[in-house]
Amino acid sequence: MRTLTVWCPDWPVVAAAAAVATSPGEPIVVVESGLVLACSGAAREHGVRRGMKVREAQTRCPHLTVLRHDPVIEARTFEPVVTALEELTPRVAILRPGLCAVRVRGPARYFGSELAAAERFAAHVTALGIDCRAGVADGVFAATLAARTIAGTGPTGTGAEQAVADARSELALVVPAGGDPEFLAPMRIDVLDRPELIDLLRRLGIRTLGAFAALPPRDVLARFGSSGAVAHGLARGIDERPIGSHRAAPDLAVQREVNPPIDRIDTAAFLAAAMADELAAALGVRGLACACLDIEVSTEHGPQLHRQWRHDGPMSADDIADRVRWQLEGWASTRAFGDISAGGIIQLRLEPAETVAAGIYQEGLWGGLGELGERAVRAITRVQSLLGQKAVVAAVPNGGYGPADRINLVPWGDERAAVRESSAPWPGHLPAPSPATVLAEPESATVTDADGHPVGVTGRATVTASPALVSYDGGPATRVIGWAGPWPVEERWWDPATARRVARVQVVTEVGALLLLVENGQWWVEARYD
Amino acid sequence: MFEQMFEHRQVSATALRNLVTSANDPAQVDTAALPLLQGLTGLLPESGLRRGSTVAVEGTTSLALALLAGPSQAGSWCAVVGAPELGLLAAAEYGIALDRLALIPRPGQAWASVVAALIDAFDVVAIRPTGSVPPGLASRLTARLRKHGGVLLCLGQWEGADLRLTTVGERWDGLGDGHGRLRARRVRVRVSGRHGAVAVPREGQLWLPASDGSVAVVTEPPTPLRRVQLREAV
Repeated sequence: MRTLTVWCPDWPVVAAAAAVATSPGEPIVVVESGLVLACSGAAREHGVRRGMKVREAQTRCPHLTVLRHDPVIEARTFEPVVTALEELTPRVAILRPGLCAVRVRGPARYFGSELAAAERFAAHVTALGIDCRAGVADGVFAATLAARTIAGTGPTGTGAEQAVADARSELALVVPAGGDPEFLAPMRIDVLDRPELIDLLRRLGIRTLGAFAALPPRDVLARFGSSGAVAHGLARGIDERPIGSHRAAPDLAVQREVNPPIDRIDTAAFLAAAMADELAAALGVRGLACACLDIEVSTEHGPQLHRQWRHDGPMSADDIADRVRWQLEGWASTRAFGDISAGGIIQLRLEPAETVAAGIYQEGLWGGLGELGERAVRAITRVQSLLGQKAVVAAVPNGGYGPADRINLVPWGDERAAVRESSAPWPGHLPAPSPATVLAEPESATVTDADGHPVGVTGRATVTASPALVSYDGGPATRVIGWAGPWPVEERWWDPATARRVARVQVVTEVGALLLLVENGQWWVEARYD
Repeated sequence: MFEQMFEHRQVSATALRNLVTSANDPAQVDTAALPLLQGLTGLLPESGLRRGSTVAVEGTTSLALALLAGPSQAGSWCAVVGAPELGLLAAAEYGIALDRLALIPRPGQAWASVVAALIDAFDVVAIRPTGSVPPGLASRLTARLRKHGGVLLCLGQWEGADLRLTTVGERWDGLGDGHGRLRARRVRVRVSGRHGAVAVPREGQLWLPASDGSVAVVTEPPTPLRRVQLREAV
């Protein structure tokens, strides 16, 4: 499926500069978590590069303006560009702010040739005063690289790939049908933007996409896993998901009518977040995830609004909610809803335009974790190689009564699933604040009243006397200053073998606040509020 | 004389930095420090955790969690080494993003290699060292920290820490003799350090947490707090 991509170079810089009314011609960097995410041409001339630490960038270019990465601003600023493109073709898929794709067949027929169409698209955006390039190729990946090749920040530097292009101008470059593999072959391996894989391939002496593509697919899958196989497919010029090819079942769409109409973004975003969860869950039970999302909004008096957001991997519920929020911000900034002429939103519809199998590990083309996250994950892998895979764990909120039950620890890299539903009601669980130290093994404790008699908890969940002294872990008794509870819990009462009747009591002692647990008359210290 | 010069230079450098910061746009980022929770900025000498520095927190785990929460909320990745008893529910309540938190509860003998590997990539590495840390190892880790611009947060003593936070008293609210529940706590924190504004130790009171779960500096007149005996870290 021939694809046309429209790419605005250094979009994070352009958008952030516009937001603070600076010219994108100045030396500017946009940073995320201390690393350069994008830099302007002027900054690049000073030797600033993507992925560099901000401090290093500032050393190279002292009068550098450092701006924060803000996806909302980037999406909002991109909205006029998409609106302009929609004047030329109906179906524009946004891949990320600054990059979108369309099927080239219709426009090519209308404008005479693919090159003419690509030039027309790029010129249309350039007329808005925004630097823009267009590329045409068989796949989205190759088309994006074609657009990037013209901008001068091209990923090769060899110029060899230019020979493949059969038509080019200052604004557009067309890779002939079937020419993707040949076009991609001389590109540096870096364009894959998967640091871990690239690192490994470099050490194997593989420096170009062509050299990577020459490896047998089966060996790549065996050595680098499914994520490597996807990258290998890209390098070979195989686009598994051509644009606009796959229609998902429309009955999975999530739609809400709202009354009274919504005219505030935050209200709409709140609704969208709930809908995103619903959509992700509905797809999830079918083993699917959304990869391309149609957002449709009906307003009181204005036209129906529609946008498509495409992602290069499965979108999570958060990814979906983010895109809807960005899009709503974009529409609000162009007054497509919320003002007098259009009125508020009366209907919001999210439809999965494309789905992919969920669970197959597929990284984003442009990395979903960000530079910092990928470095962190690499460090984790290194620690796992030292100590074993299970030595690094992630915490997942979990349902339960006690502080230890309410967190599930899963080995890093495994699916982060809760064992018990955390949103279900757990009567008898303690409200926040939670203890900052949860003992791995509860310590046995003795709780006595003012006369030195042991304190117990009755079957009706009342204490037999006020606790006055607590001693635990063989230590001396400390005075109780205040106490509260008990919070009784009957766990698994339906199963006599595992049923537990326990009660929890909070005490403040002279050595700090403790969470005590009593079971069968025996007291334990379960956690400390330290 | 030399000290005077040093003092003087430091003052002018700070003044210069303030000047530059105020002249620039508010959207600008302080790249030399990691952000803190709003409520902690009044207590600490600077408005962030300086990259490359070591911070020791003694006597309270909650304060360490609150220190981690600021960078974590701002997108940093954090790791905790050697603290199997950390209350992760409390961590989430203070605002730590659990999906960017890696835990290595039992590093065992490879403790130092694990911390060294993590320092290279994580913005904040929190550790609870088992036993004392050999001075040579500590200085090697510190050097590595400076190179990579992370922050080492020690739950317990750390020889030569740039910033040392110790709780000297606390008082819980919301709980009586058999009624109510733990709601809010005031803690008195002593802040000391090796240089700069904290070379002379100072003390302040914090809500840790306040009844709405946030962290804030106590603004009302100070109430006498009970001294707590510090329990040895397990």
